[in-house]
Amino acid sequence: MTGAPYDLVVVGGGPAGVAGALTAALAGLRVALLDSGARLGGQYFRHAAVPEREPGLDRFLLQARLLDGRADVLTRHQVWNVSREPGGDLTVHALTRDSSGERPVTLRARRLLIATGAHDRPLPFPGWDLPGVLTAGGAQALLKGGGVLAGRRVVISGTGPFLLPVASGLARAGAAVLGVYEANGGLGLARHPLLALGKAGEAAAYAAALARHRVPYRTRHAVIAAHGEREVEAVTVARLDPDWNVLSTRIVGCDTLAVGYGFVPQIELGTQLGCETRGDPDGSPVLRVDAAQRTSVPGVWAAGEPTGVAGWRQAEVEGRIAGRAIVGEARPIARRGPDGVLLRRRRQWRAFGEALQRAYPVRPGWQSWLRDDTLVCRCEEVPLARVREALELGATDARSVKLLARPGMGWCQGRVCGYAVSCLAGEAPRPPRRPVAQPVTLGALAEAAPEDSPDEAAQ
Amino acid sequence: MSDVIVVGAGVVGAACAYYAARAGLDVTVVDRGPVAGGTTGSGEGNVLVSDKEPGPELELAMLSNGLWRALAEHGGFEFEPKGGLVVAETDEIQRRLTELAGKQGVEHAMVSGAELRDYEPHLAEGLAGGVYYPQDAQVQPMLAAASLLRHGAESFGRGTLRLRLGVTVTGVLRSGGRVTGVRTSQGDVLGDAVVNAAGTWGGEIAALAGVELPILPRRGFILVTEPLREPLIRHKVYTAAYVTNVASDSAGLETSAVVEGTPAGTVLIGASRERVGFDRTTSVPVLARLAEQAVALFPALREVRAIRSYCGFRPYCPDHLPVIGADPRVPGLYHACGHEGAGIGLAPATGHLLAQLLAGERPDLDLRPFRPDRFSEEAA
Repeated sequence: MTGAPYDLVVVGGGPAGVAGALTAALAGLRVALLDSGARLGGQYFRHAAVPEREPGLDRFLLQARLLDGRADVLTRHQVWNVSREPGGDLTVHALTRDSSGERPVTLRARRLLIATGAHDRPLPFPGWDLPGVLTAGGAQALLKGGGVLAGRRVVISGTGPFLLPVASGLARAGAAVLGVYEANGGLGLARHPLLALGKAGEAAAYAAALARHRVPYRTRHAVIAAHGEREVEAVTVARLDPDWNVLSTRIVGCDTLAVGYGFVPQIELGTQLGCETRGDPDGSPVLRVDAAQRTSVPGVWAAGEPTGVAGWRQAEVEGRIAGRAIVGEARPIARRGPDGVLLRRRRQWRAFGEALQRAYPVRPGWQSWLRDDTLVCRCEEVPLARVREALELGATDARSVKLLARPGMGWCQGRVCGYAVSCLAGEAPRPPRRPVAQPVTLGALAEAAPEDSPDEAAQ
Repeated sequence: MSDVIVVGAGVVGAACAYYAARAGLDVTVVDRGPVAGGTTGSGEGNVLVSDKEPGPELELAMLSNGLWRALAEHGGFEFEPKGGLVVAETDEIQRRLTELAGKQGVEHAMVSGAELRDYEPHLAEGLAGGVYYPQDAQVQPMLAAASLLRHGAESFGRGTLRLRLGVTVTGVLRSGGRVTGVRTSQGDVLGDAVVNAAGTWGGEIAALAGVELPILPRRGFILVTEPLREPLIRHKVYTAAYVTNVASDSAGLETSAVVEGTPAGTVLIGASRERVGFDRTTSVPVLARLAEQAVALFPALREVRAIRSYCGFRPYCPDHLPVIGADPRVPGLYHACGHEGAGIGLAPATGHLLAQLLAGERPDLDLRPFRPDRFSEEAA
């Protein structure tokens, strides 16, 4: 770790991070942007070397090109910890992989922008650990990142409008999408909130794409079990009541199942630094920010899904607002125009995001889909029965369930099962405690040790 | 109305409740959180006799070691009699380890540098030797605490041991100087005796009763690796520096390698000691030093990934001894806290001895070194 600290380090190369980094870099700040992917884009603008046309992608790619040469863009860098140095600067600990193996990279920063996006929120159900079952975001990532079709005969299930682009993308790429099962209902495509909020064009395009490929879209339906010997061969599709209790079932043959029940904002870099959180309308903990996207910790900003799930447009707007605020702080004399338009857009897209969360909640009936032997945590292979046992032994929350039964102690640190375990423990998800946000070899970690040993003084 | 109210559902409170119920007393356990939600849930599960200097704590540890083995027969939690290997980097340290082992009077075997790899095939080269302690063991502490409470509730008569979780003690009730129960966030709980088993927060409970216990948090981090397919480490392995650090009075950071495998396949790496209050902020330099020391001891760990870390707060008393016994300043108040990093190991003996006191019997061990008012004497 050498040299002067960056004026700004941005973690996350999706629309929020790129907009924030570009805004700051164009104003002359020394900026580094880190992303774990091979190319910038994040989940939504993930793209192949020769990108397909997508709403907004041209604009994003232009911003990413502008960033090139103006900021240090470090792709394939996974940030596992950010901490405050005694002197007040921030230390960003990352790992990267090259021909010689894994290598630690440490950056110093005066300011940090957390733009780490969100990950899929799955729910457990019998058979969800079979090969061929993946998240909706995972299916989309395969397709967008490398043009890989997750399967030939695909069923999509879950809740929320994100299922639509996943379905139309797979159908366009040649998969037979046998059905899109939306667990919530009543609205249907025609009364979709996208229409109500002025995104009629986009929603209509998805609807048209689904119709063109003859993809059935069923509300109040969900896949409640996957079946197969070595991989998924069929799924049980259930008709649901408004609380998601099962009314009737039928079997649908398929080779792939993509599921998504909303998103979990990735906020652990914020919680590592002690940033305050609040609950999004769906209960997810998100970072609390002020009008300038500042978190409660000085020098730390956040933009995009970590401040509340509201989609890529909001992410870009928040990234720009954060970038402008960061410039304002770093260069107090710099002139800048008013934020009026941005602030108005942010308000509008925030309202949109919150309306979606309210329109597509997770209802408690999913717990009735589980059997005693259904794995809740796949990393540690913890079945539902063990979670119930922990609750009987005196666990009163998700953390004590984890201590007694181990769900969330494995490789993913509860990113996959955390939401479900919180629901089973009867509480809203709590802010994550993940001091080591990504697995790091002990060899790489050891390199972060300070030179002088305090032990020698102590003995 | 209970005979005994135990404040704290960690492993020490669970052991006190278990043995009191076994002695025929009616027990209510209250905790503001879940079972084992405090320091019990943040430790490694050490049941060690190897790291104690000869004296009252070692006697307590020896008693406890036997009791853990008996408790484990009831099942419900992992108890691994894996043995501990203390490793010396130099001949001088090996000489001091030999001397300590001779004074402890604990079952042990001297291990030469050449023999070390018979015990641990992946140990680094060039180590001077070590001492093997077959009685060292490990338990899964959360399940152990939960199982003691469950077993106590089921074994000694219906309603003998009651558990009230999510109940915060806000005051100690007294009548004519004598303790009559506790005031809680959910009403008063009445009892003839109150046992303060609040661990690192034991000083706060004592203060509610109007007495001082100088218990301070001593923070420790643990690194957890990915699960390994083949066990790399067979015993609890630690360097001799651990013994000196445990007994140290320094407030600054001290680290010494403590490395061991678990039944889940993960490797646990400790141990750091700092007195920084209840600060949960992760210190990357501390984690890095733990990793460095573990890799120095087991070079094969270099390519193994740490997947998480956690921290906890050991209940630390100035003389490194726990507080166990009746508080002469407040009739009816008992303490069972301040076990620093040895609470898991010392819990059964603590519970057993305290239950003997509560039942009016003579304790198997002399409790005077652990008496609650010893600190004020020193001050005076």
